[in-house]
Amino acid sequence: MSALAAAPAILEAKGLSVRFGGLFALNALDLTVRRGEVLGLIGPNGSGKTTFFNVTSGIYPAAAGTIVLDGRDITREPAHALAGLGLARTFQRSRLCLPLSVFDNIALGAQERLPQGVIDNLLRRRTLTRTVAALAEEARDLARLFNPDLAQRLDEPAVALGMIDRRRVEICRALIGRPKILLLDEPSAGMTHDETNQLIDEILDVQRSRGDLTVIIVEHEMGLIERITDRCVVLNYGRKICEGHFREVAADPTVREAYLGHS
Amino acid sequence: MLMRHRSTQDEVPRDALPMAAGVRARRTSDFAVFAAVVAACAGAVAFLVHAEDQRLVLSTLVACGIAWFAAARFRVIAAVERGAAGHPWPTRLVLVAACLGILVVLREDNFGLLMLATVLIYATVCLGLTIQLGYAGLSNFCAAAFLGCGGYTAAALGQAEGIAIPDLAGILLGGAVAVAIGSLLVLPLLRTRGHYAALTTLAFGVMFNVFLDANEMLGGPQGLKLAPITLFGWDFSNDLSLFGMTFSFYANYVLLCLALTAAALALVGLLDRSWIGIRLDAVRLDEVAAQVFGLRIARWKILAFTLGNVLAGMAGAIYAKMTGFIAPNNFTLGDSLMMVSIVILGGIGNRWGVLPAALIVVLLPEKLQFIQEYRLLLFAVLVILVLVLSPSGLLPRRTRTLVAGRQA
Repeated sequence: MSALAAAPAILEAKGLSVRFGGLFALNALDLTVRRGEVLGLIGPNGSGKTTFFNVTSGIYPAAAGTIVLDGRDITREPAHALAGLGLARTFQRSRLCLPLSVFDNIALGAQERLPQGVIDNLLRRRTLTRTVAALAEEARDLARLFNPDLAQRLDEPAVALGMIDRRRVEICRALIGRPKILLLDEPSAGMTHDETNQLIDEILDVQRSRGDLTVIIVEHEMGLIERITDRCVVLNYGRKICEGHFREVAADPTVREAYLGHS
Repeated sequence: MLMRHRSTQDEVPRDALPMAAGVRARRTSDFAVFAAVVAACAGAVAFLVHAEDQRLVLSTLVACGIAWFAAARFRVIAAVERGAAGHPWPTRLVLVAACLGILVVLREDNFGLLMLATVLIYATVCLGLTIQLGYAGLSNFCAAAFLGCGGYTAAALGQAEGIAIPDLAGILLGGAVAVAIGSLLVLPLLRTRGHYAALTTLAFGVMFNVFLDANEMLGGPQGLKLAPITLFGWDFSNDLSLFGMTFSFYANYVLLCLALTAAALALVGLLDRSWIGIRLDAVRLDEVAAQVFGLRIARWKILAFTLGNVLAGMAGAIYAKMTGFIAPNNFTLGDSLMMVSIVILGGIGNRWGVLPAALIVVLLPEKLQFIQEYRLLLFAVLVILVLVLSPSGLLPRRTRTLVAGRQA
C-alpha cells in the first residue's frame, strides 16, 4: 500500500464536471489514480461512475475541469485519440461486435498499430498475412490467460460465446492494445456470482503479470470490490463523498447514508 | 486456479495423417460440387436469358427456385463455399470458363447480351453498395445518381468539341466525377444516422434527377446521345470474330463489364479480408466501441463511400456508352431502390450474393412481359417470397475467419 501511495499519478481529474442540461452528472470531481493500483469506483445508481468513464474516454465532453493522463491533458482529446495514449475500457452492457469472430473483436483493440493505409491493406498481402499471424498469436496467448478453450475459438462469431467468455473477450480486446490504464465498467453485469469471482481472479492475475497496469473498476458487488481493490472512491450525485481503503469506506456514515438513505 | 479449466492440451491428439488425407479428399469433392454448381448455374443463366417462351421461362424459374432452396437445405451451398475457398485459382478458372461458355451460347443474341451486360453493370454498382451499406453501414438510396454521374460524364465528354479524351480515361473520369459529386453528400451523411441518413441520400437522389431535368446543357428531359466505346483502337460497334465464331458487338460490352465486375469483386474481397474490413464492420456495428479503440469514424465512412461511388461512376460511364443514349429517367429513385434491393436480396455484405440477385432483379421484369403491368407486382412478390424463406438473403454473409480456431 505504501509503495502505491508513493507511486506517481497516472490519471488525475481536477474539478471535473459533466452536465446533462440542468443536471450535474459529475460535479467538481477531484480524483487521483496512481500507477499500478486497482481503484474501485463505487456509489449508488446514477452517482456518476459510468459518466466518469465516459468523459475520461472522450465519449462525453467535460463542462469544466481537466483530466490528465500520464502527464498529458486529455480533456479535449477526441475519443479515437485516447486508445493511442494508453487508455482502454470495457462497457457495462457488453459492446462486442457480435457477428464478427472473436479474433476480429480482439483485433479491434490493437488497431492503432495495424496498417492503416489502403495500399498496405489491399496490395501488400504478404505483410498483411504476417501481421495477422503475429496478432493471432498474441490474441491466443491473451485469451489463454483467461480460458484455454477460448484461445481455441478465435474463429467463432462472438455471438456463439456465453456471457463470461464475452466479458473475457472484451477484456482481451482492451488489453491487446497494451494500455497503461484499464477502465472496467461493471464486469459482473449479467453473470452469476461464481462466474464473477472467476473472472475477477483472472483479471487480477493478468494485472499482476503486467506490473504497471492500472485498473479502475466500477462494480456493485461489494465482496468483489473488497477483494480486488487497493483503494476506493465513493461517488454520490456526481460528487466524491469518501475515499480510502474499502473497509474504511464501508464504515463511513456518509457512505452508509448514501446507499441506504436516511433512517 | 489452474485446475479450473478443462485443458485441451491433455486430450489425445487425433492421428494427424489420415485426417489430413480425409480433409483433402473432402476438399476435392467440395470443389467438384462447386464446379458442377457453377456449370448448372451458367446453363440456367444462358437458358433464361435466351428463352422466349414465357411458360418455359416461368417453369425454369420455379425449378431454379426449388433447386436453390434444396441446395441451401442440404448444405450444398456450404460445400460450394468450402470448395471455392479451398482452391482459389481453380475457382477463378472455372468462373471464367463459365462466363465464356455463356458468352458463346448467347453470341448472336443481341438483346440477351445487352441484358447480361446490364446485369453486370448493376452488380458492379451493388458491389459498391456492399462496401457502403454492407460493410460500413452507410445508407445510400441514391446509387442510381452516382451511376448517372458516370453516365453524364461520358456523355458530356462526347459532346465537348475539339477535345478528344480516350474512352478508358472517360470511364475513369466517370468514377472520379461520381466521387466529387458524392463528396457534396459526405458532410450531411457523416452527421446523420439510420433513417435520417437514408432520407438525406433519398433527397439527394431526387435533387440529382430534378437538376438533370432542368439542365439544358445536359440535354434536359430529352437526354444525350453517346458514341460507342473505342478501347485501344478497337471500336465496340464491330462484331467480334473469335475461334471461327461471330459474336454480336454487344459481346464487347459484356467482356468489358465482366472485367469491371471482376475487378470490383476482387476489390471487395481484398477489402473484406483486411484490417480495413474489420474496421468498417466495427464502424457499422458499434460506433462508440470503434471510437474508443481508436477508429476515426469519419475517415472510414468516407473511404467506404468513395470506393463505392468510384465503382458506380465507372459502371455508369460504360452503361451510357453501351446504351448510346441517356436521360434523367434512367437514374431515378426507383433504380436506386432496385440496387438496394439487390444487395438485400443477395445477402447484405456477401459479395457473391449480388450476382444472382442482380440477375433476378434486372432480368425478371424483362422476361415476364406477358403479364404486362403486373410484372412488377409478380417481381415484388418473388422478392418477398425469397426473403420470407431465407431472411438473410440468397447467400447470407459468413463470419470472416482470418485465423483458424484450432491450432495446427
